Amino acid sequence: MRRSNIWLWSAAALAYAFLYIPLLIVVVYSFNDSKLNAEWVGFTLSWYVALFNNQEMLTAARNSLIIAVSASFLATLLGTMAGLAIHRYKLKFLPVLVFTPVAMPEILLGVALLLFFLQVLNLTLGMVSIIIAHTTFCIGFVAIIVRARLQGMDESIFEAARDLGASPWQTFRLITLPLIMPAVVAGALMSFTLSIDDFVITFFTKGVGEPILPIQIYTMIKVAVTPEVNAISTLLMLLTLTLIIIAAKLDSGILRRETK
Amino acid sequence: MALLEIRNVTRRFGDFTAVDNVSISIEAGEFFTLLGPSGCGKTTLLRMIAGFDLPDAGQILLDGKDMVGTPPEKRPLHTVFQSYALFPHMTVADNIAFPLKMAGTTPAEISSRVREALDDVRLANFGNRFPQELSGGQKQRVAFARGLVNRPRLLLLDEPLGALDAKLREEMQIELINLQKERGVTFVFITHAQNEALALSHRIAVMNQGKVEQLDEPSRIYGFPRNRFVADFIGKISLMNAQVLEAAPSHLKLSVAGLGEVTAPSKENVKVGDTGVLAIRPEQVRISHHAEEVELKNHFIGKVQGFLYVGDVTTYLVELPNGARIEALLPNSAPGRAKFFEAGDPVAVSWRHDAGTFLND
Repeated sequence: MRRSNIWLWSAAALAYAFLYIPLLIVVVYSFNDSKLNAEWVGFTLSWYVALFNNQEMLTAARNSLIIAVSASFLATLLGTMAGLAIHRYKLKFLPVLVFTPVAMPEILLGVALLLFFLQVLNLTLGMVSIIIAHTTFCIGFVAIIVRARLQGMDESIFEAARDLGASPWQTFRLITLPLIMPAVVAGALMSFTLSIDDFVITFFTKGVGEPILPIQIYTMIKVAVTPEVNAISTLLMLLTLTLIIIAAKLDSGILRRETK
Repeated sequence: MALLEIRNVTRRFGDFTAVDNVSISIEAGEFFTLLGPSGCGKTTLLRMIAGFDLPDAGQILLDGKDMVGTPPEKRPLHTVFQSYALFPHMTVADNIAFPLKMAGTTPAEISSRVREALDDVRLANFGNRFPQELSGGQKQRVAFARGLVNRPRLLLLDEPLGALDAKLREEMQIELINLQKERGVTFVFITHAQNEALALSHRIAVMNQGKVEQLDEPSRIYGFPRNRFVADFIGKISLMNAQVLEAAPSHLKLSVAGLGEVTAPSKENVKVGDTGVLAIRPEQVRISHHAEEVELKNHFIGKVQGFLYVGDVTTYLVELPNGARIEALLPNSAPGRAKFFEAGDPVAVSWRHDAGTFLND
């Protein structure tokens, strides 16, 4: 191995260690038979048992799932339409409109949505406001993935369908949709993972009342860091990771190329 | 009545006129070719016939019915795309079945028609394959089968052989001629390859800068190009500046600077004093040793400048005393012999009095 290679590899190893060791520690200590995240005492599943007996935590998880499923469904629907529109009508302003929320700082989006809900819509904050907020920032991600898929396609396929007797709707249903389906599913999974662990925007738009998972975890840490937090974090990580891997498998290349 | 009639069709993109007041009428059963360099407007014209684009002015009539305003799916014609445009998520059989399904054909009828279509293009065992698993030539045949399966009135072909290598291309050309003959479907074929157009077509429209330069049978286009563009675009040709000395009904007498008098076939609308070029094909020019007796009237001495050996024939480039260059083609009928003349050899070039064409400026 050449000298420059050794440096490159060590730098890479360090960077990954920095990223993953904290996560690994969280996972390991979720099985630790001690109330403290300090030293390894022994293996236990009791924190997971405790977690599943924690009524408030379960409610928070259920709420978060409802939000994530609804928001990713809506975002996939609207984001797919946006991606198709951006690809078909080469309008300059449309991509800006759709992609801006992706790049916008979350805190800004959170504040803006809060003001919009309260002052313009006069909406009572709760599940509905969170779903709308999450949908808003997920649309852009779905649109990016769908458009990337369309960009790699031979345009004449869609013309061929029309030429061979398919109406615009039949062309969409029989040709376009099946061809972009991997991107649509990848976008949905992506939205789900973004929604379920979102803190900032959720925090601004949740109001009082319903507990939401990431915020519930934060509240628990404020009181005391118990391994129950490790347990819920581990489960959340597992879910997110699985979905990300499926999404990447479905549309490898697109995720690497278009989203950072 | 013509099957397809294009009447004064114009299409502009901003300041650029892609198709400029074009009128063409195509008969049923014809193999018609739109030939021209890229950007000449042939693809735009094809897209307007298919319905993917609309003319800014003019009419496109199919069976006497104006098609403008009819969406592509309602036009009784199909297109074979240069990229083949097969649906990648469908099998070969499903691809071919697609137009039948769209037309509401019964499932039993569909399966028998698809089987028939696969047989016709010699892909009987490929029905369950996906397009990605086929070679270029096979994909091409699937595209033909799909375009023809529900017996359209008209098949548009957009440079369908463009992506194939030379040998396969020649095979597909023959296949295409047979396919068209068997089905009796009218073909409108687009290409920038003049040899392909000459080989396949009943009639050719040579297009340039949005206009039709000449519309005729292949042999007339090749033998009697109407203007300099057509002469230059189709095949090889030598051009010499000339002026008309005598315009008789039987022949033209031309003066070519530095060579003297040349006899050429007569032509309409040519007057004494007209200037232009004498255009002559390499295969019409005879080349011989300069000492040999030549009985032809158009006969000049020159010097071999170079030659191009391509196997079956060799083309010699001969420089005449006036500096003009003329190409002469000689078949290599003697085996193992690449050339009869060397560069620098003095030679005689001659051609018959009825060879060549005078083209007005």
